[in-house]
Amino acid sequence: MNRVQAFITANFDCYEYNDIDRYIELGGFEALKKAIEKGSDYVIDELRTADIKGRGGAGYPTWKKWAIGHKRQAEKKYVVCNADEGEPGTFKDRELLKKDPFKVIEGMMISGFVFGASKGFIYIREEYAYIQETFKEALEVMREKKYLGHPVFGSDFVFEIEVFSGAGAYVCGENSSLIESMEGRVGRPRIKSPRVGEKGYLGYPTLVNNVETLAGVTTVLLIGAERYAQYGTQESPGTKVICVSGNVKNPGVYEIPFGVTLREIIYDIAGGVEEGRRIKFLQLGGISGPLMPGNMIDIGYSYEALEQEGFSVGSGSILVADETNRVIDFLVSVSDFFYHESCGKCVPCREGKRQLTRLLKKFVSGTAKGKDIKTIEKIAHTMKYTSFCGLGQTAPTALLSAIKYFLPEFWNLVGDKEVSRIGEGEWK
Amino acid sequence: MLNTQAIEAILKKYQYDEKALINILQDVQEVCEGRYISEETAAHVSEELNISKRTIYEVITFFAALREHPVGEVLIQLCNSTVCKVKKNAEVKAALEEILGIEMGETSQDKKFTLEYTTCFGACDVSPAIRINKVVYGNLDRDKTLMLMRELKGALYE
Repeated sequence: MNRVQAFITANFDCYEYNDIDRYIELGGFEALKKAIEKGSDYVIDELRTADIKGRGGAGYPTWKKWAIGHKRQAEKKYVVCNADEGEPGTFKDRELLKKDPFKVIEGMMISGFVFGASKGFIYIREEYAYIQETFKEALEVMREKKYLGHPVFGSDFVFEIEVFSGAGAYVCGENSSLIESMEGRVGRPRIKSPRVGEKGYLGYPTLVNNVETLAGVTTVLLIGAERYAQYGTQESPGTKVICVSGNVKNPGVYEIPFGVTLREIIYDIAGGVEEGRRIKFLQLGGISGPLMPGNMIDIGYSYEALEQEGFSVGSGSILVADETNRVIDFLVSVSDFFYHESCGKCVPCREGKRQLTRLLKKFVSGTAKGKDIKTIEKIAHTMKYTSFCGLGQTAPTALLSAIKYFLPEFWNLVGDKEVSRIGEGEWK
Repeated sequence: MLNTQAIEAILKKYQYDEKALINILQDVQEVCEGRYISEETAAHVSEELNISKRTIYEVITFFAALREHPVGEVLIQLCNSTVCKVKKNAEVKAALEEILGIEMGETSQDKKFTLEYTTCFGACDVSPAIRINKVVYGNLDRDKTLMLMRELKGALYE
């Protein structure tokens, strides 16, 4: 089995971002043509075989989302490409938008065709302002070549795409917050149901997909679901675009077949740990993911194998931290991030984050007491189960996993060890 | 001074569409002195779009890319998220503060430099990284940071 396999990223460094002719030579728009000729049911079937799951982090099967959306009747529908890649440690969508914008655009058109929308938006984060410019140029080329704004491949399908710039809010990666901000309001999540698939942009059904998901759709239709699914594992067919960062020799974006182990990813693909140091922990799936101790890296990178151990693929980020890092400092950084990014709508997230940050800093300053660990756990669980949206629910994930795997580190930083002892009956 | 002409051009570009408020404010900010939205500017946009000032301020204070305080000619943003922490961004912070003579969150007296923390901007493969007026510089250490800043200062003060 190859350790890297370029399907979704096959066109990287093969064409300039606005060279549409070269893109067509590479098989561009054949996927769209196939979709139009063979129809929506064919597309959904192919996606079912390829079993592509939402690559923004949620992991919901794309074919299911599209099958439901396809059937929904409405006077108007919209599709949105979520390029608000804000999960720290994640930069794969950046590479896809930069190195293969036409594949993403083609994926958006296919999603529009299946969903029954004639208008699409791409929501690109403000931090990628330079990509917004190149992407707009690529769209302009599409218009000149009459792929946008004109009927394509002898059908009556006409599509148009507009770029919307984010403004630096992590919570806007959440679909309903993203749509709120597209309507000119602050990005606070909406009450569900209705979900955005039912009532989204301007109250119309809106299909939102991640950049990599859409590039994956184009890829699957181009090469065929069966060929794609030959790679990977039984339950996680195909490939995943991952971002390896932190204390590794060669950080970067790589495409791997599901099933290779984390050890292979870190040592064979990313060149191993800097200066030959030992791995202390990994954080998988971005800042909202759990910490994995360094001795667990023989797990295969697939949805099922990671889930079994309480981890997840998430956004595809793999952050490697070596033994020079203290878990507590890392957690403070995670906590600061969420404290800053909480939208403030619900109490568990807003106040929980404030208290967690305060308590964690006590460990750094050496004023923490044993009972603080218990308080942290209590607040973390409250946030996990009662927060309004995914942000608050996943904000304490790293912390809870750290308590599970690295409890002695907390304990070593407790100033007053007399108050309570770990593992001996009740906490006080 | 309120740059009404430039603001009007932006509002026209977005056809006075209140749905585009976030993009409008981002563009407006760029044409204002100090690259921020002053109370006067906010009031002006509020009137032109017929949106309450309260809503405008709710948006400005919510989004990190919108500012209600002026920044220097050169805005330097140091990523303070997890990956850059692991890659020892503290070294870069110390170098920046030392050579610019200001601390995080401050603007130099001559209004040339502003130094601030920012959350992840997706440059984790070249961490630790900074953004200088939205342009990313990565793989930094103390020496590289000092060199970069000397060049920048040379160009600004020559």
